[in-house]
Amino acid sequence: MTDVSVAVKPRGAATQPARGGHRSTKRSRREARAAYLFLAPWFVGLLVITIGPIFASLYLSFTDYSLLEEAKWVGFDNYITMFTEDPRFLSSLKVTTIYVVVSVPLQLAFALALALVLDRGLRGLSIYRSIFYLPSLLGGSVAIAILWRKVFGAEGLVNAVLSIFGIQGPGWVGDPDTALGTLILLHVWTFGAPMIIFLAGLRQIPSSYYEAAAVDGAGVWRQFKSITIPLLTPIIFFNLVLEVIKSFQSFTQAFIVSGGKGGPADSTLFYTLYLYLKGFKSYEMGYAAAMAWVLLLIIAGLTAVNFLASKYWVFYGDTK
Amino acid sequence: MATPSRPIPVLFRPLKGGRLVKHTLLIGFGLVMLYPLLWMISSSLKPEELIFREPGLWPSQVTLENYTQGWYALKHPFGYYLWNSAVVTALSVVANLVACSLAAYAFARLNFPLKKFWFAIMLGTIMLPHHVVIVPQYIMFSELDLINTIWPLVMPKVLATDAFFVFLMVQFIRTLPRELDEAAEIDGAGYWRIFIRVVMPLCMPALATTAIFTFIWTWNDFLSQLLYLNNPDNFTVPVALRTFLDASSDSSWGPMFAMSIIALGPIFGFFLAGQKYLIRGVATTGLK
Repeated sequence: MTDVSVAVKPRGAATQPARGGHRSTKRSRREARAAYLFLAPWFVGLLVITIGPIFASLYLSFTDYSLLEEAKWVGFDNYITMFTEDPRFLSSLKVTTIYVVVSVPLQLAFALALALVLDRGLRGLSIYRSIFYLPSLLGGSVAIAILWRKVFGAEGLVNAVLSIFGIQGPGWVGDPDTALGTLILLHVWTFGAPMIIFLAGLRQIPSSYYEAAAVDGAGVWRQFKSITIPLLTPIIFFNLVLEVIKSFQSFTQAFIVSGGKGGPADSTLFYTLYLYLKGFKSYEMGYAAAMAWVLLLIIAGLTAVNFLASKYWVFYGDTK
Repeated sequence: MATPSRPIPVLFRPLKGGRLVKHTLLIGFGLVMLYPLLWMISSSLKPEELIFREPGLWPSQVTLENYTQGWYALKHPFGYYLWNSAVVTALSVVANLVACSLAAYAFARLNFPLKKFWFAIMLGTIMLPHHVVIVPQYIMFSELDLINTIWPLVMPKVLATDAFFVFLMVQFIRTLPRELDEAAEIDGAGYWRIFIRVVMPLCMPALATTAIFTFIWTWNDFLSQLLYLNNPDNFTVPVALRTFLDASSDSSWGPMFAMSIIALGPIFGFFLAGQKYLIRGVATTGLK
């Protein structure tokens, strides 16, 4: 095969003619045609699986549609109902907001703390890294959600351990006051993925900075505050945006832990769970589509706010 | 690039004793983290009545009864659901590898009108919440009479809608020296040939990352499988596991844990085999 042997040719020989600059239009037309062929599946997917459904869901959000009858145009009714007449919607929004606001910072704090401990010259780093990362891979699965339901059940592991100390624990997942807390804990448990991103970020900080600071007499805390944190802000920002987007869409955990109902007393009725119940249990597809659009706006809004706020705290320094 | 040989800054160069404390704390913390998992494994091996009574990990009595019971507890033996999951997952992996690498090659190496525009659209779809499109997608697949088939699960992968992976591979291909393509081109190779013979073989790390993550995500995926598979005859593992909760009272933990362990098995296997790619994939792209 000729094209295998060329790989060893001296580089200079190949570069010149191809980069000549005067490509014939015939050639570029051929290239464009090839490109569109390579992209064909993606284009079809974009149209049929993504863009088409986006517009369809926008349209549906203004209708009353149950899959059985024709969609009926109702204008903004779905959106108005949501915010004025549907306490379950509002409570799902509240539950999800609490979940995101509490669990994301906690998770990132854990991730950063562990990354700092693991970063500098510690033996067995890769083993620790793997152990802490494993829950991130498993965390979204039904099996782990089932485990959680059992660990925090009235007669679960947590209460069995507590009873050794003579404490009678509540039925965590069955108690509206603590059910959401167990899901937050599950999310925090998966801190390994952002931890790895933090570790990669810490690697980028030149150690000469620390050495110089140490020479100038800066202590541990001072170095952390003035070097590590500022240089890490882009990574913190990246993780924050990613986790907020992701956790707003959490579904499996709440579904399994609450037995598909969001209970007790709607305390684990995540936004996406309510959307699922509306759209695919009571077949109010127009309403579900409207909820999806509100979710899109919330996520887009939060991401935009994150980006705007980042100007004030994210430090790009000499990396630009 | 990481510089492994860099000196350890003063900040984190503690006394020898300090290091011991650090390791002890880390190991302790790791154990606490893994405790629920280990407990599930140990519980799956305990006779039913001991699960509650022993929060400890070491089973005083080992039995495989939970596994045999759980295997036959649902409508079909559990292997049936494992097979269904395996089919969906294998097709998804192959589809993602082919479709995403085709698109990535075009974005990374070829010039065409509106390239920047399409690339921006592609990036935009990464951020799009899945829920915005599930209602119309469901309606579409239901109109096409494809509910209770694997098509709604596999079709999106065939059509490269996991833009994450397109992006991942674009980034990777961009790091490959262009001279290789150009040399092959001078030798008369067409784009297809360059893609197959030159670019793809060099893309192995990116392809491995894509394959492993697609495997794990598809295997774990619950929402789409819950939506599209309503008939116990084509349930996959996550949907089947879930029926344990409906069907069984809280007394049959053992079998449920046993099947949960089996469900996690393949992920755990891929984790052990592909750690390097997994860690790198997360570190460089934020895939997780």
